[in-house]
Amino acid sequence: MSAGAKRVEQLDRVVIRFAGDSGDGMQLTGDRFTSETAQLGNDISTLPNFPAEIRAPAGTLPGVSSFQVHFADYDILTPGDSPNVLVAMNPAALKANVADLPSGADIIVNTDEFTKRNLAKVGYTVSPLEDGSLADFAVHPVALTSMTVGALAELGVAKKDGERAKNMFALGLLSWMYSRPFESTLRFLETKFAKRPDLVAANKAAFQAGWNFGETTESFTVRYEVKPARMKPGTYRNITGNQALALGLVAASVRSKLPLFLGAYPITPASDILHELSKHKKFGITTVQAEDEIAAIGAAVGASYGGALGVTTTSGPGVALKGETISLAIALELPLVIVDVQRAGPSTGMPTKTEQADLNMALYGRHGEAPLAVIAPKSPSDCFHAAIEAARIALKYRTPVILLSDNYVANGSEPWLLPSADELPDISVGFTTEPNGEDGRFLPYLRDPETLARPWAIPGTPGLEHRIGGLEKADKTGDISYDPANHEHMVRTRAARIEAIEVPDVEVEDADESARVLVLGWGSTYGPIGAACRALRQRGLPIAQAHLRHLAPLPANLGEVLAAYDKVVIPEMNLGQLAHVIRARYLIDAVPFNQVSGLPFTAATLENMLEDVVKNG
Amino acid sequence: MASSTLGSRNLPLTPVKLTAKDFKSDQEVRWCPGCGDYAILAAVQGFMPELGIPRENIVFVSGIGCSSRFPYYMNTYGMHSIHGRAPAIATGLSVSRPDLSVWVVTGDGDALSIGGNHLIHALRRNVNLKILLFNNRIYGLTKGQYSPTSELGKITKSTPAGSADSPFNPISLALGAEATFVARTIDSDRKHLQSVLRAAAEHEGSAFVEIYQNCNIFNDGAFELIKDSTTREDHLIRLEQGQPITFGTDNQFSVTHPAGSFGLKVEEGGEPLVHDATVDDPAYAFALSRLSGSDLGTTPIGVFRNVQRPSYDELITKQLVDAKAQADGTPEQMLDGLLGKADTWTIL
Repeated sequence: MSAGAKRVEQLDRVVIRFAGDSGDGMQLTGDRFTSETAQLGNDISTLPNFPAEIRAPAGTLPGVSSFQVHFADYDILTPGDSPNVLVAMNPAALKANVADLPSGADIIVNTDEFTKRNLAKVGYTVSPLEDGSLADFAVHPVALTSMTVGALAELGVAKKDGERAKNMFALGLLSWMYSRPFESTLRFLETKFAKRPDLVAANKAAFQAGWNFGETTESFTVRYEVKPARMKPGTYRNITGNQALALGLVAASVRSKLPLFLGAYPITPASDILHELSKHKKFGITTVQAEDEIAAIGAAVGASYGGALGVTTTSGPGVALKGETISLAIALELPLVIVDVQRAGPSTGMPTKTEQADLNMALYGRHGEAPLAVIAPKSPSDCFHAAIEAARIALKYRTPVILLSDNYVANGSEPWLLPSADELPDISVGFTTEPNGEDGRFLPYLRDPETLARPWAIPGTPGLEHRIGGLEKADKTGDISYDPANHEHMVRTRAARIEAIEVPDVEVEDADESARVLVLGWGSTYGPIGAACRALRQRGLPIAQAHLRHLAPLPANLGEVLAAYDKVVIPEMNLGQLAHVIRARYLIDAVPFNQVSGLPFTAATLENMLEDVVKNG
Repeated sequence: MASSTLGSRNLPLTPVKLTAKDFKSDQEVRWCPGCGDYAILAAVQGFMPELGIPRENIVFVSGIGCSSRFPYYMNTYGMHSIHGRAPAIATGLSVSRPDLSVWVVTGDGDALSIGGNHLIHALRRNVNLKILLFNNRIYGLTKGQYSPTSELGKITKSTPAGSADSPFNPISLALGAEATFVARTIDSDRKHLQSVLRAAAEHEGSAFVEIYQNCNIFNDGAFELIKDSTTREDHLIRLEQGQPITFGTDNQFSVTHPAGSFGLKVEEGGEPLVHDATVDDPAYAFALSRLSGSDLGTTPIGVFRNVQRPSYDELITKQLVDAKAQADGTPEQMLDGLLGKADTWTIL
């Protein structure tokens, strides 16, 4: 594969969206393009978007699956607002995505699929390729399917298998267009189809045919290059939030020297964490796919009681079901990590779309005064470190911790500078092995004066036999108690011990300290908020950004930070849940900015909104 | 370390012989005077030393209800959890700690109503739990509503016109859930109760034990027909391994299998079946379980089914042991290897 003789143009950033039918392999195509791009050293951010249906009827709008990849020669924070290039494998993919394109964008269409029948399926009476409706765009009609089949015919590949390889043709073409290194894709195909050499050959040939087509056709006159980004030295990989979260839990197990026990029930978009952890038994990790969400957390509590690092992973509907058991864990004062990969609700809602609307449930969704710690990762790779932090708090303070991820960070990906295991925090805690009371008695609720944590004495420890349960317990002894003063004391102590958890101060990004407006976010909105703030600063508009990882307890310096600005704006993918907390707790007139479309904020949306606040107050 | 033959697996043996007293906790027992739970508690405490397992390796996990106060009174490790969830919690504990003997104490409401799902799945998986279901056919702690084992038409506080629900037969349910060990006993028959506990403890995998328990406040005398010495002999069928199944004041009744029938029958005279709980086909134990109805007219007690198949704990532990044998290096080294197991690139 030679470089060819076409004009080469330098770009600093590109956003490509691969779109097709859910059976067209668009997620795989996007993944491979991302991996090639990572090899080249660009900074990357990706966003898959797929229907909840496994195979919606072919060629229909609900069946469209897409994968967007943003890559640049500088560090970027989001998968990009609008694609510079759309690859549309059929009329439905074109129709579903064309509205997101800025004028001048390139559209590569698979003309083979633009049949009368397929056009009719999505309501086109005339082909948009012929009616002038795409005049604002640079349309590249490519007979993707038939060219793939043609290229593979000489290998003796059946037409059906040939058609299935058309995504590799598209990948080859785009790889040529953006001068991507392709060795990792060829290696990937060899591994993926190791048992089917015929498919390895077919997919490689399809990739090659796409590449060659780019070189020879007159439809593409320019080839682009995006130089590597200046990134911190080290070894990188690309990683999704769910992968990072699973690996973070493995790391938490290693660095706490405790066996990890995961109780989980399959639920979108959290199931991948269960899949990933089930592969790592050699680390002593046990995964139980329970009969329901309640059993999943119950088993995790049982394992924590026995001295494991108990974890349960789920999404919003699952957290609702787990509520009573979370309360039990609060009363038992046992370590437990509850991962909520949020999705759009209420009820089944939109399982494959994102939202941050479980914050209230995480903070308050239990009966009685039932406080716990809540933390949220800000990006895909941050899920790794957030998982370790959740485990650290759970173990040190003997409390359930809710980790609020969401579909956007869970399925999005970015490059990740690999940490060294030895440099990760040591989060080990000891078990109690000796009586702690007078006369050799064991007092299961006698607390550490500093952390207010109670002793963790596990079954199998001689002399410390004791009973715990959900009934209110007497301070120190843990005996059942209905004493009014004791209950008052225990309720206040459970609240105080969560408030006493040490969390880092929130940092403020305020380039020249001239900003009067602070934008405060939490969780996955970090990327678009950060990109919007950068854009404003580049235009000379000062703005400060603070982002919360710890939502309970809140950082100790937060009140001071908020008070330093004239205006505080809080963008959230809900109807103002953090804004309510901030307004109630700090008595400031924080301005909520909310979007609940199931999609992440675009940087442009936030930039426009924040520009208005900065200029007009 | 020597290990116990009871309850199998990796249980350590206690160096000193324990007594019933060693299993009494310092907590005041607070069931109603006359409650059948007292007799069960005494029988369990009396049986525990036989296990030969140190107290610290024994855990009682319960749900919610009168019976679920049980762990507080046992001087072992224990957890009084939430309604219906004890089998799930105990599953996590048992699977992650093969060195423990884990017992679940539950009631007819706890196990068969709110916790029905967890019970059937624990039995299906064959988790190494000993599940003691105290069946008094009534809700006691909430003061007298009908339960999923109450007889049809039961008049209670919540069903003044009589309940319209048909009851579960807990033995049939457990068998339907693929339980490998299923037994029934009675609170007041200490010797029988302890013999069933012994068999349950010896069983590898889930052991389900239904214990008929009298609630003298809300459902007094529910099991009188099979307890009263004047009626008992004609209604109670004692299942004994390898023995013909006969009963009656003069041993005049036999449990038989009429030709061409799916079920079993009680008849005067006739050729009695010889009881064998190890029959692999659950149809036999199920047919036995169907002899008893709400009226207790012919009620078998003893071990209905006792068969072997690998426990969930054993299978999971094996997977872990096999995987750990592949461990190469320190956990930190393995973690570094795992994190880098992807397409990576290096920036200098």
